[in-house]
Amino acid sequence: MISWPNFISQLFNGLALGALLALISSGLTIIYGTLGVLNLAHGAMFMIGGYAGLVTYQYTSSFTLAVIAGSLFVMILGVLMERVIIRHFYPRPHEDQLLVTFGLGICFVEIVRLIFSSNSQIVPPPPLFQGITNLGFMYYPTYRLAVVGIVAVALGALFLILYRTRLGMIVRAGIEDSVMVDSLGINVYRVFMIVFGIGAMAAGFAGIINAPVVSLTPGVGDDILVETFVVVVIGGVGSFPGAILGGLIAGEIISITSMFNPGYAYVMLFAAMTLVLVVRPHGLLGVQGRE
Amino acid sequence: MLKQRPFLIETLTAVGLIAAPFVLPHLGFAPNTVNRILVWGLFGVGFDILFGFTGLLSFGQSAFYGTGGFVAAYLLTRAGFGSVVGALIIGMVAAAVTGYLVGLIALRRTGIYFAMITVAIAEVFFFVEFNPLSDWTGGENGLPGVPTPSFNLGFTTLHFTDGWSLYLFIALCYFIGIVIALRIVRSPVGAILSAIRDNSLRATAVGHNIHGYKLTAFVIAAAYAGFAGGLLGVLQAFMPPDAFTFDTSGQLVMQTAIGGRGTLFGPLVGAAVWLFLQDFLQAALGLGAAWKLVLGMVFVLLVCFLRGGIVGGLVDLYGRVAGKKVLAPAEEALSGLTAKAERQAAEAEIAEHSAAIKMPADRAQLRNCSGPILKASGLTKRYGGLIANSDIDFAVDRGELRGIIGPNGAGKSTFFKMLTCEIPPSSGSIVFEGRDITGMNVTDVCQLGLTKSYQVNQLFSGLTVRDNIVIAALAQLRGKFRLDLFSSLEGIAGLNEQVEHTLQLVNLASRSLTPVSELAYGEKRRLEIGLALATSPNLLLLDEPLAGMSPRERVETVNLLKSISRDRTMIIIDHDMDALFELAERVTVLQEGRVLVEGTPDEIRKSVAVQEAYLGGVHGVIDP
Repeated sequence: MISWPNFISQLFNGLALGALLALISSGLTIIYGTLGVLNLAHGAMFMIGGYAGLVTYQYTSSFTLAVIAGSLFVMILGVLMERVIIRHFYPRPHEDQLLVTFGLGICFVEIVRLIFSSNSQIVPPPPLFQGITNLGFMYYPTYRLAVVGIVAVALGALFLILYRTRLGMIVRAGIEDSVMVDSLGINVYRVFMIVFGIGAMAAGFAGIINAPVVSLTPGVGDDILVETFVVVVIGGVGSFPGAILGGLIAGEIISITSMFNPGYAYVMLFAAMTLVLVVRPHGLLGVQGRE
Repeated sequence: MLKQRPFLIETLTAVGLIAAPFVLPHLGFAPNTVNRILVWGLFGVGFDILFGFTGLLSFGQSAFYGTGGFVAAYLLTRAGFGSVVGALIIGMVAAAVTGYLVGLIALRRTGIYFAMITVAIAEVFFFVEFNPLSDWTGGENGLPGVPTPSFNLGFTTLHFTDGWSLYLFIALCYFIGIVIALRIVRSPVGAILSAIRDNSLRATAVGHNIHGYKLTAFVIAAAYAGFAGGLLGVLQAFMPPDAFTFDTSGQLVMQTAIGGRGTLFGPLVGAAVWLFLQDFLQAALGLGAAWKLVLGMVFVLLVCFLRGGIVGGLVDLYGRVAGKKVLAPAEEALSGLTAKAERQAAEAEIAEHSAAIKMPADRAQLRNCSGPILKASGLTKRYGGLIANSDIDFAVDRGELRGIIGPNGAGKSTFFKMLTCEIPPSSGSIVFEGRDITGMNVTDVCQLGLTKSYQVNQLFSGLTVRDNIVIAALAQLRGKFRLDLFSSLEGIAGLNEQVEHTLQLVNLASRSLTPVSELAYGEKRRLEIGLALATSPNLLLLDEPLAGMSPRERVETVNLLKSISRDRTMIIIDHDMDALFELAERVTVLQEGRVLVEGTPDEIRKSVAVQEAYLGGVHGVIDP
């Protein structure tokens, strides 16, 4: 039997998962929207963020430092990846971009596996958020509540960057028409590099934030990547608000279905995606003609 | 050249498969490894038709591999089905049906959307196998005890058990798979699949139902995957659940890219490299788990520096060593025609000037029929607040050559797009040959005999001049969708004639085997017109055919337009007024989305309104 507290706690789980998915997906979607490249190594970025945070935590015992170091490390990795490899793929067909990022993702996962082995690793939540909170009608792990807050702040920051800064304006213009932005005398390649770095950082940040919830393995990014795709398809490719809406929808679908039978979580997620594709092929908040 | 001999590739494959058991053991390949390579290779043949030939990169092939495998294994282990081959075929059909259903959803979008959707769908299959269907599939235990095939021939029973004995069976399956795939890529459908990869927009516009063809490629790939999945169970005497994992799809993609896409044999080569390196790195070098990292790096380097993979690289190398240009392997699909073409091209040069006279009979009486062939009423197109076309009434008579001029931004191209049904009008109607075509799609309208040449070239840039024309002519000769997967291009009545005729009309007969990428700009423009012509339109729209041409090219093209206008109705948009006034019988002037004036060239020349539109009120300055 499903009790009310159980249901509410699954709703919260869905919110936490959905918030994380929203953050990772917005990283994926702004990269795609601006650069036109779907980064199949995005799941690996998420995973590396976790591991970079883990190493920092092991040395400093500070969760805050772990979050900062994890995010920065992935951002630098993203910038390097864009400069060294992705840049040469802008003129090439989409398939080649998919292939190369897919290959890079595998390399990243295998490098981490080589260094850290396949065993799962645990990062404890920061002391401030340890334990359980009494919500009055039920008890809920404090850290998961905190995740919602932390991710909301991160999404807010991303929103401010995208919608309130000069860079963000260029990025949004670039999503609409990067050729035009280039001809306006703005160095589009520099913007691309920064966007790739920010997008990767969003994944890396989510990776370390998620590490106390789900233990770290080298393959932790693979499932996340698939879920991210569903989020982006539901929300609409290239749409930041779409990623947030899609993330929350996907998170709740997974959580609520899991309450009845975890085996059907993906089936329901997929059913939702199909429904969106049939009713609104461009995603809930997507714009027509952007492929 | 290799391709001119029929069945050469088939023969070489057979020889290779027969020689393998005698050669490969000396290279350190165990029979089991060779069998696995063949299963991956067969899996990849279908995938290559989807990815290499059609350009659709799916990361979800594991769904069909697993479906075919588990259906076959279930029949053989739990349902007491007797025939291994029968079970494999039923598994294949099940996978193909699944592929059809999945394709209906996944092919709603293209490009990266398609890749993402296939990933997501394959993941669903994985979870369904593990949970809801675990009673049938054995969940994470898989299905053990899959039997090997045996054939009772009456006097003796052939039993393919394991090792090289099972190799005979799997090699035969692979051979049949390759023979079928070669037929498919050399068929008209194969040619159209390459066209879709190169330029799906134009493939649609010349009148092919590309959604149907993409779905066909998807189902073919699923069928191959399903059969290979069944073979995997037979090979291992056990159907493993990891056939459904994302890693399976990923490995297939990587093997195909390593071996060479668009070659059919690439996946086999890729699988050989993959499995050999896996054994070699793990056992001989003691790298342990790092083998996959090495393979990942090899893969990334190949994608960066050797796009055609190993087979593609070898073909290039062969081409360079042999000192001649080798057509990209994908173009083999169309190469059957090219041998004859060369001879005919030479003859064509001589006959060139008389060419335009030989026209299909039904166009001969064109001028006799009167009345409008096209009538647009109240045509309006709004983009938000912007009105691109406003309430345009427009009619063209049969056999007429109409010119359309107007300043930039007058809405000329938008008007053409609405006439060919590329974009739907906001309001108004279009009647073509007495039939209301408003709201139809561009493919159907082209099939009815109305098409246009584009302002910006839309060619199949990976194909030769001749193959470009073939693609367009196929649409008219075969209709918008037909599954003649096993017929050859030579077998299509009238194709050669129509292609040669079109090539002569646009004066490209001598360039017919040149890849489009090597053409001069003027030649590309003529090919652009040729693509539209090859669909034998009754009404041909030309969007700025003279744009960007040198003065000499202009003269040539004006002559070309004159000769093709003899037999069909045409509407031409251009900014070159001298040329247009020379060509057209009547001219329509558009301004700010409206018809400003319509009349003979002389009337237009003298029209004060037109002078005002172009020069902004400076009267009497232009004196024609």
